[in-house]
Amino acid sequence: MRVEKHPVLGDREVGRLVTISVDGAEIEAVEGEPIAAALLAQGMIVMRRTPRFGEPRGVFCGIGRCTDCAMTVDGVPNVRTCVTPVKAGMVITSNLKGGGE
Amino acid sequence: MATGQTFDIVVVGAGPAGLAAAIEAAKRGARTLVVDENNKPGGQLFKQIHKFFGSHEHRAGVRGYDIGRQLLDEAAKCGVEVWLDAVVHGLFDSRLAVLHAGRQVTVQAGRIILATGASENAVAFPGSTLPGVMGAGAIQTMINVHRVLPGKRFVMLGSGNVGLIVCYQLMQAGAEVLAVVEAMPSIGGYGVHAAKIRRAGVPILVGTTISRVVGQGKVEAVVLATLGPDGRIDPQSERTLAADTVGLAVGLTPLTELAWMAGCEFFFSPKLGGHLPLHDENMLTSLPYLYVAGDITGVEEASTAMEEGRLAGIAAAESLGLVEAAAAATDKAAVRQRIDVLRSGPFGEGRRLAKAEILQQQALRSGQGGESWKA
Repeated sequence: MRVEKHPVLGDREVGRLVTISVDGAEIEAVEGEPIAAALLAQGMIVMRRTPRFGEPRGVFCGIGRCTDCAMTVDGVPNVRTCVTPVKAGMVITSNLKGGGE
Repeated sequence: MATGQTFDIVVVGAGPAGLAAAIEAAKRGARTLVVDENNKPGGQLFKQIHKFFGSHEHRAGVRGYDIGRQLLDEAAKCGVEVWLDAVVHGLFDSRLAVLHAGRQVTVQAGRIILATGASENAVAFPGSTLPGVMGAGAIQTMINVHRVLPGKRFVMLGSGNVGLIVCYQLMQAGAEVLAVVEAMPSIGGYGVHAAKIRRAGVPILVGTTISRVVGQGKVEAVVLATLGPDGRIDPQSERTLAADTVGLAVGLTPLTELAWMAGCEFFFSPKLGGHLPLHDENMLTSLPYLYVAGDITGVEEASTAMEEGRLAGIAAAESLGLVEAAAAATDKAAVRQRIDVLRSGPFGEGRRLAKAEILQQQALRSGQGGESWKA
């Protein structure tokens, strides 16, 4: 969910809207925001599953250290989505089946 | 490998400490570079939308993001060079290996100032790895910087200032906060922050902890429990809150990897967040070219970080012969006086004592012929 109105920060300034693909679904994102922010705005909180046990993981640290939000971006695996800015047309997959990350 | 570049002073980290250090160094004529792994400078200042405490000279009443903008403007005016998307992944004496926008660069520094900050602690309980359990700082970045709410109904673990402030900011962003949970018998943070969220109807449950978090693939409920006098969970006391997100505000740990890599001496300070580089009153480590400032020297807050940065910047410029000792002494005395004010009062006392212990330890070790302490 986007925070549109804010008592201190005022109305949200919407940047350039672009479309990205997440596991085949087209979603709207703000260019330059972290991929993880775009996903959370859509209520998508599961970013990956662990290779051995297939347990779900989502954004934890938000500063690129824990790697729980890693996804495959434009064919590159293990990209930390919390510190990687959105670009138009990005193709993102979540490895949600687990195994063989 | 790209050809190397040379700077008088290289600062690692463009947060409050690093920017303040760079400004003071550049003002004194040092050719100064700041490198930061993020694609935006300012560290954590831009998510701090609350007004700062302290006195007028500490910019009390000014919001964190305005302080961030002021620092960036000042750094630009002083001619500080800033590299973003620049990860320092190696220190070879005073040479730095930097991955800058995907390209390998080596940088030779006269002096290095590490202002790498701290990272949030995690805490383990059943369900703590479920999506929806997040660091409080991560939540704060999402709501205040990216304007995204990661959930609707929150429980916060930890009643220090971070936990309390993030709860208030969650409500400002339109979320519901069900409770703040605190294992200790009393609230950790300032009374003024606690009062604000209590007035808004959020209970702060002391002597209580999260027993477990349950849900199918994501957080669906949080089970709270009271701690008995022996510190164990009382199973009879368990009750469930229908939260979808849990914030962890359970302290921070200094980010010290580069200092370990450099090989400077360390000191363990539980009060200040763990192992940290031993340093003297000029923020100099046991290595003659390596200074530290901000949370890497012990977790405090942004105002103290900026003052420590100023101290390191002045001292590093002085050590390069860019300023007269007398002028530097006057400037450093003024900074130290402001730091003392920030560490005064009941909340500053513990930090003041812990910092004094570091200086005592440093004096002891250098007096015993610690290999490279130089006055």
